[in-house]
Amino acid sequence: MAMSGRMMGGLLGGALLAVGLAQAQDDTFDEYRSMFGDDNPAIFIVDEGSELWTQARGPENVSLEQCDLGQGPGVVENVYGQLPRYFEDTDSVMDLEGRLIHCMVELQGFKREEIIEGIYSGAGDNGTEMEALVAYVADASQGSKVAVPQSHPEEKAAYKAGEALFYHRAGPYDFSCATCHRQSDKRIRLQSLPNLTEAEGARATYTTWPAYRISQGVVRTMGWRMRNCARQQRLPELQPGSEAVVDLLMYMGVNAEGGSMDAPGLKR
Amino acid sequence: MMKRLMISLFALSLMSGCGQGGNGEQSAASTNPQAQAGNASGNTEQGAQADAASDTNAASAVMAPDPDAILRTSMQARNGVGLDRLDQDSLQIACSNAEDRAGDQAGKLREAAMAAIEFPEDGNYLGDWKKGEAIAQNGRGMQYSDDPDDPNGGNCYACHELAAGEVAYGTMGPSLRNYGQRGQSEAMLKYTWGKIWNPHAYMVCSHMPRFGEAGILTPDQIRHVMALLLDPASPVNKAE
Ligand code: HEC
Repeated sequence: MAMSGRMMGGLLGGALLAVGLAQAQDDTFDEYRSMFGDDNPAIFIVDEGSELWTQARGPENVSLEQCDLGQGPGVVENVYGQLPRYFEDTDSVMDLEGRLIHCMVELQGFKREEIIEGIYSGAGDNGTEMEALVAYVADASQGSKVAVPQSHPEEKAAYKAGEALFYHRAGPYDFSCATCHRQSDKRIRLQSLPNLTEAEGARATYTTWPAYRISQGVVRTMGWRMRNCARQQRLPELQPGSEAVVDLLMYMGVNAEGGSMDAPGLKR
Repeated sequence: MMKRLMISLFALSLMSGCGQGGNGEQSAASTNPQAQAGNASGNTEQGAQADAASDTNAASAVMAPDPDAILRTSMQARNGVGLDRLDQDSLQIACSNAEDRAGDQAGKLREAAMAAIEFPEDGNYLGDWKKGEAIAQNGRGMQYSDDPDDPNGGNCYACHELAAGEVAYGTMGPSLRNYGQRGQSEAMLKYTWGKIWNPHAYMVCSHMPRFGEAGILTPDQIRHVMALLLDPASPVNKAE
């Protein structure tokens, strides 16, 4: 049932992308939201993620239930708001997607390149395993506070690097993240832009990703969001779990300290 | 199931053509005469950071971060958009800070920007506002998702209010409604051309792209956009 529903959404989504009306109005979005209330279609995808987490899969035929997302092997509750963080076993700071890739490779025996190849849905796709897993993990953190750690020196260094990356101008358009995300109450066309340099904007953003994108019919992750903003900067393709993604998420996550997790969110 | 159908249909009214791109290979650095002049200082700075980074484990908490190096290991070339896009010129280096100020380099950078503006040799500044409007509406250009064979757009509406009839305008830049009221004196023509060519000639660390200098728009396209702004018949200069 969930599967066929997703297929349907995917197919329609593809057709809709082709139509491509330039009309993202906040009003329309609010109307939509009040129409569906709490019924975020992401619930189907959360269920799928839950199955993927517990199923024995991959060449090693094991589940992800021994995967350590920061609070110990198998603990999924309330981890999202405390990522990225430093992991001793890899001696590095990792975000959720990077850590999930790590577990799928180390525990289940999947090939890293293959996971990364199909990590985010394309236009009209039905959603990927990573999108479902991220939705599942985020859902299990609903209501918990954002408390991205800053105790390990590597975590502090990641924050500093994230801040520097945020203001780093490059590419033929001279854009940095700050070009679009430093001020409050600004918009591009009709899309309002969050100010990610202060708590209010960072919280509103950090607590609502991953999110079900109505216009695309899939759950989108923070890694996807970063990749797409880097594309708008006219830069090359940003890779999931890469150092730049981890550092930028560390910067935004720490700025969002104290926010209350409310993901998967619902976005236009 | 039913719900998903409705959701997807609803998506129709929400679809937005968010910034899509077009073509072009060159990074700002490679097209910038003034950028090359300033490259020396940039390299020195990055070299210093690299040295610090290679100092193995020395107190990672105090080490200055090197965003350029981090991006190079975090990105991959795609559809003609390569890692050379990351090459920073002196202006980008000077403006990469939270204050958005180039400090004591500002004067030098502004003068260099001004000196490198290529004004139309034949004195012909104004093209066809209708073509200008299409360019202002077009958000394509230089993203790896764009067809490199398509012409770039200017995407002016992403940040500016222009024609009266277009309500889907951004607010990152000032409103340009009725810009034509400023007249068509030579000073006005040159200022407007220069601002589009390289906004840093007037305000260093501006958020606006260097449409002429970076080769985003051709001189002909800039003429059309100039007409959109300045032609009395343009919808920018008409009441509703
Ligand atoms: C050219 C402008 C631009 C640049 C540069 C840019 N972004 Fe964005 N960003 C956007 C737009 C447009 C949206 C989507 C708003 C929407 O869909 O409503 C967005 C959305 C986001 C969101 C999600 C906000 C939310 O609450 O849903 C995050 C997080 C984000 N950007 C981070 C970044 C980071 C980090 C960088 C630098 C790597 C960056 N952006 C660079 C334009 C930009």
